[in-house]
Amino acid sequence: MTKLIGQRAIASLLSLFGLMVLVFFLSRLTGDPAVLFLPIDATEQMKEEFRALHGLDLPIIEQFWRYLLDLLQLDFGDSLRKARPALEVVLEAYAWTLPLALITMAIVVVAAIVLGSLAAFKVGGFFDRLVSIVSLVGASAPDFWIAIVAIVVFSIGLGWVPTSGVGTPLHWVLPIAVLFIRPFGLVVQVVRGSMLGALSAPYVKTARAKGVKNLPLIFVHTLRNGMLPVITVIGDQAAAMLNGAVIVETIFGFPGVGKLMIDSILQRDFNVVLAAIMVTALAIFLMNILIDIAYSLLDPRIRH
Amino acid sequence: MAEALLTVKNLSVDFHTARGTVHAVKDVSWSVGRGETLAILGESGSGKSVSANAVMNLLDTPPARIVSGEILYDGKDLLQVSYEEHRALNGKKIAMIFQDPLGHLNPVYTVGWQIVEMMTAHGRPAAMARARALELIARVGIADPEAAMRKYPHQFSGGQRQRLMIAMALMLKPDILIADEPTTALDVTIQAEVLALLKELQAETGMGLVLITHDLGVVAEIADRVVVMNQGEIVETGSVRDVYHQPQHAYTKKLIGAAPGKGEIKLLEADAPLLLETKNLKKSYGGFTALKGASLTLLRGQSLAVVGESGSGKSTLARTLLRLEVADGGEALWKGRDLIRMGARELLGVRREIQMVFQDPTQSLNPRMSVYQLIAEGWDIHKLMPDRAQRRARVAELLDQVGLSPEHAERYPHQFSGGQRQRIAIARALALEPELIICDEAVSALDVSIQAQVIALLDSLRRRLGIAFLFIAHDLGVVRDFADTVIVMQAGEIVERGPTAQIFDNPQHPYTQRLLAANLDPDPDVQASRRASIAAQNA
Repeated sequence: MTKLIGQRAIASLLSLFGLMVLVFFLSRLTGDPAVLFLPIDATEQMKEEFRALHGLDLPIIEQFWRYLLDLLQLDFGDSLRKARPALEVVLEAYAWTLPLALITMAIVVVAAIVLGSLAAFKVGGFFDRLVSIVSLVGASAPDFWIAIVAIVVFSIGLGWVPTSGVGTPLHWVLPIAVLFIRPFGLVVQVVRGSMLGALSAPYVKTARAKGVKNLPLIFVHTLRNGMLPVITVIGDQAAAMLNGAVIVETIFGFPGVGKLMIDSILQRDFNVVLAAIMVTALAIFLMNILIDIAYSLLDPRIRH
Repeated sequence: MAEALLTVKNLSVDFHTARGTVHAVKDVSWSVGRGETLAILGESGSGKSVSANAVMNLLDTPPARIVSGEILYDGKDLLQVSYEEHRALNGKKIAMIFQDPLGHLNPVYTVGWQIVEMMTAHGRPAAMARARALELIARVGIADPEAAMRKYPHQFSGGQRQRLMIAMALMLKPDILIADEPTTALDVTIQAEVLALLKELQAETGMGLVLITHDLGVVAEIADRVVVMNQGEIVETGSVRDVYHQPQHAYTKKLIGAAPGKGEIKLLEADAPLLLETKNLKKSYGGFTALKGASLTLLRGQSLAVVGESGSGKSTLARTLLRLEVADGGEALWKGRDLIRMGARELLGVRREIQMVFQDPTQSLNPRMSVYQLIAEGWDIHKLMPDRAQRRARVAELLDQVGLSPEHAERYPHQFSGGQRQRIAIARALALEPELIICDEAVSALDVSIQAQVIALLDSLRRRLGIAFLFIAHDLGVVRDFADTVIVMQAGEIVERGPTAQIFDNPQHPYTQRLLAANLDPDPDVQASRRASIAAQNA
């Protein structure tokens, strides 16, 4: 197990380095930062000073070397817009995105597993129909539309929850509910399909011949086998959410990393964009390692 | 006959499918008493497993529907009791084991957990279940029960897995054990051990044993009474000896007649030209040596059988000769040319001359290709017979040759039975007019009556067309009927070779002797006398 994690960590570090190289050089291709940042009537001398200040007059390899050294000290440079360290700005936004993503995914996973399993156990039954309807809505209705309708109905019409912003637990209800629908619809269908296959496996017949009751039959004998393909999809969906739910965060005025990235790109605050990309990548790599561990915990054949 | 423990009375079950209703079993009645072994004998599709599954409440309804009948156990009709009441009986009073123990054990839980669950699922304390599990694992002959409990199913061999299934089934000392083809997936020597174990355990516990099988040899070895099923109906029932020696129904007679291993033994025509010669052929996978040096010769028109149990290297030998695997050492000469080292162009020509028929025609025939396309594909690859009309005529001729009719050419594999599919595979091999056909367990998946037909077909092709056969099989009866020469392999080595008569009548190597002894004869008297002589030896 330790060996597996070690191998994964090394592979992840290599990928992270590759990503960093890519991001650094791509961002240098977007043009001369001095032209982008300084006012349009800036003199040539002002531009020279700006370049010297930010080390942009050095050869590109040297700039990369310096950037690398700074990175090793977790220094991503300052946010030009907020005049604070970029990493600080990003981590601040993550403090909002992470709980939003984790709470939503936790609800998605639990709901999808329970409802998907029950739907598979009785095809065409109540749970099966319920699951089909939610999946269909999630797959066909765009989330910005659902978000706006939800605000109109639950905030403006019924007045149960605030329209936007953060502050109280009530502020979280609508963002989580809207974010929930699409990944739930997808994961629950994978659970249902996978459980349908697993329920017709020979070992389920053995369990029935042993006199095992229905609930352990579904949730002990079958679920662990049926979870293997599901985990991959869960990881995929969680990764998307760690990137920040750009649209939902924007509509609900939620100060998460998705909104930060969009704002920073629009305002050409590149240090923040770079920091956000690197932190997100790190989070996704960590999650992939968790998924590998979950895989090998669930299936002894992978361990041996 | 002992007093009946379990009685199935006039049971009829339908299956509702997209293609209409199938009467899976019609008016089936049987019973089993304490200490008695009842065999339900039938070929695939005979409905032999349906009534047992109904006893265990394992039929999926729909598509199955129980039309009529009753299943009496302990004064109750199991078809009338509640789901919960039935569940409480399963495993506790009536237990079941299955054909494929790897698939029927849960891959993600330890064997110990699964065996213990048999008792905890019925409300017994875990500590008690653990003690009983350790005792039974040792009883079924698994070394170091403590360690075995912590292992997963994939860490055991097939025979060990079936022993563990048996241990699991016996946890609550059931009155009745239903065994559905318990030894079909096992090698013959392992089969003999598992059957002996079942018999011992039955003697110890006095349970009734219901054994579902297609194998007359298994019936002869273990059963007291037999029920013969054909197309959902019981055609004959009685003591094993009576049914074998005085079969009443035409189907039973046919089944007994088709049992392999009783025909005249063939002799090799030694003056035929040499086709294939291998010297010291070797193949390893990583650290595992699958083939430790095989030397053999094959003449034109010869039928050479390679027998051995799983892991003996017989399939590796075939794959190496087909160049599906590259040999690590040794040489193989095909009509004097070096088969192992020849180039791609020359190999393509040889590929036409050596064809293969695989074990499972359902998997080896592409389900999306029509019979015509399947047979004609080889001509495309080898750029033969460009004329379409000529091809049609030849396909019709080939289908006729293997006992199918020309109008079958436009159909797809799923429209045929297993035996017919294997005929299609043979027609496909014949299309390229090969000089050697390698059959890898080509009749193992077929019912005995179909097996006999396919063997007869292969033999007539051999005689008429002078094709040589390399016939890989584990079933000694089939080998005895088909081959003129036999090679016995064990753990990657050829341990014995010789004319078929010599191998069967006067085996020299202890392994060959063991194989032959473990091979079950369909005659119950032969099996009884063998058992008596083994008992005498042991005493």
